[in-house]
Amino acid sequence: MAEREDLYGLLAEFDSPETLVEAARRARAEGYSEIDAFTPFPVEELNEVLHLQDSRVRVLGLAGGIFGFAVALAMQSYTNFSYPIEVGGRPLYALSAFAVVAFELTVLFGALVPAIGMLALNGLPRLNYPVLAASRFHLASKDRFFLCIKAADARFDARATERFLKALAPCSVELVGA
Amino acid sequence: MSVAAETHPILPPQQSLGDVTDQIALIPLRFPTRRRWLIALACSSLLLLLFVVSVTVLFTRGVGVWGLNIPINWAFAIHNYVWWLGIGHAGTLISALLLLMGREWRNSLNRFAETMTLFAVVCAGIYPIIHLGRPWFVYWMFPYPATMKVWPQFRSPLEWDIWAVLTYLTVSVVFWYIGLVPDLAAARDRARKRGWQVFFGILCLGWRGSAVHWMRWRQTYLLIAALAVPLVVSVHSEVSLLFASGTIPGWHSTIFPPYFVLGAAFSGFAVVAMIAIAIRALFQLENLVTDDHLDVLGKVLLACGLMTAYGYIFEIFDALYSGDPHDLQTLTDRLAGVYWWSYWGAIVFNFLFLQLLWWRPARRTPWVLFLISLSVAIGMWLERYMILVTSLYRDFLVSSWGLYQASFWDWSTYFGTLGLFLVPFLLVIRLFPVISIFETKEVLHEEQERANG
Repeated sequence: MAEREDLYGLLAEFDSPETLVEAARRARAEGYSEIDAFTPFPVEELNEVLHLQDSRVRVLGLAGGIFGFAVALAMQSYTNFSYPIEVGGRPLYALSAFAVVAFELTVLFGALVPAIGMLALNGLPRLNYPVLAASRFHLASKDRFFLCIKAADARFDARATERFLKALAPCSVELVGA
Repeated sequence: MSVAAETHPILPPQQSLGDVTDQIALIPLRFPTRRRWLIALACSSLLLLLFVVSVTVLFTRGVGVWGLNIPINWAFAIHNYVWWLGIGHAGTLISALLLLMGREWRNSLNRFAETMTLFAVVCAGIYPIIHLGRPWFVYWMFPYPATMKVWPQFRSPLEWDIWAVLTYLTVSVVFWYIGLVPDLAAARDRARKRGWQVFFGILCLGWRGSAVHWMRWRQTYLLIAALAVPLVVSVHSEVSLLFASGTIPGWHSTIFPPYFVLGAAFSGFAVVAMIAIAIRALFQLENLVTDDHLDVLGKVLLACGLMTAYGYIFEIFDALYSGDPHDLQTLTDRLAGVYWWSYWGAIVFNFLFLQLLWWRPARRTPWVLFLISLSVAIGMWLERYMILVTSLYRDFLVSSWGLYQASFWDWSTYFGTLGLFLVPFLLVIRLFPVISIFETKEVLHEEQERANG
């Protein structure tokens, strides 16, 4: 059935990460691809089941670190070039003396860039989101584990998908508006 | 330690994930121990007031109100700076190092340990600034295009210091906040009053626990943790270089960086243990910060203490082996000079009472562990004093010998920083989940799964 614009998807509630992972696996096997899960804590198995792969955060960390390191060396070299303070014939461009600040800025940018990047990739901060309106969704931060099949999925059909989800023995199934 | 954690659960298994969520998230929402918290806040505010008064006096009358002089020109300011910064390091080590090592017991402790780090670093960072004499020129430490066309001296440890501390503070805040976001969402979902919903709703950045978000979140968290561990080592090594880069006998030693880092971890773990015991008693969290947690903290404290003691031994060995007359003289000054009490005080407070921790019931009795930790905090304070003053008061030339005594304003500023630490700390435990909710649930679930086979 064609995608319905007023719908976000169907949300099924489970009471343990194991049943959620099993449900997600069954949904993948059924051919659904636009699936998301909402859990109170990270559930590693979901990454595999939902084929979640994204190492951009790590790349950002590496890039941030290299950037910080380069900035630190450039800054320290330039200040010594621009205003040379010669002390007892010691080298102006003293890499051993530059190492501390270079390391600190490597860490600073290596931590800040992926932290900001993680939020950006996740589309956060965001004040509202369709699933947050679901009546039992507040339990997703407590002790319930939610599986969502989105209306954007090619195989999504409000009735058929609901029937499929109910067969997975969830605690509840709810239609979420967009 | 690891064997014990793997064979028997560290959290009582009969509690459910929902119980834990409600228990922690409802602490800020329906604050249970208002009275005791208010008394603590009032006392801390008095200390903070003392700090404000002391700094006002300092700024209006100059650093002459302190007892520092030539040759002891680095007195309480750097002494307490090192002490506070060292305390801060344990929060990062508990949180980051133990996360990377997969030590699950850290999940009950990391939140308040990290909070401790933030404000300990603030207390540390304020000292070099107020010590400047002309603190309004602190911006001279930054490389900005000045009209005089001068730049900071990047080959000086004093300049490294500002970069190290500011980086440390920033990374600690980021690590703390990234770890807090999912819990803020949990608090948002528990909140009934509009004000709290808006407060947590905004601060949690709209977190919804999506699987793909968790995956990226986890990568980021581990990445920052992996950076934070060497950062701690670098920051306190850099602090030790403030001393070791000089030629003063008793300072000019390659043992200083590891010696300082271990001492920092030692004092910090002591303060973490004190805070853990206090928070657990204040909010009745015995089911989350268990006797097993105190047991492990006691063992870590003992291990750090023994490594610090090794540093003491090697410091003596270093002086004897070098045969340098000035180093030997500093050694005898430490053991039997005017400030002998700071050396022997450090030995007694750091290492004597510590030996009780070999005994299991001592580790598991909160008040005993608290008193031992307090003793370690005092001992490390004396150690920093000893390292500083016993080296400076008699260096190479007899003509530059002199004595030092802390003045009233030295002491009042120091006690004031306790308020500067405690007031924001108390506010944070009032407003935010004091224990990491989702990480505790992660451990609980894993342990329950293991118990069920």
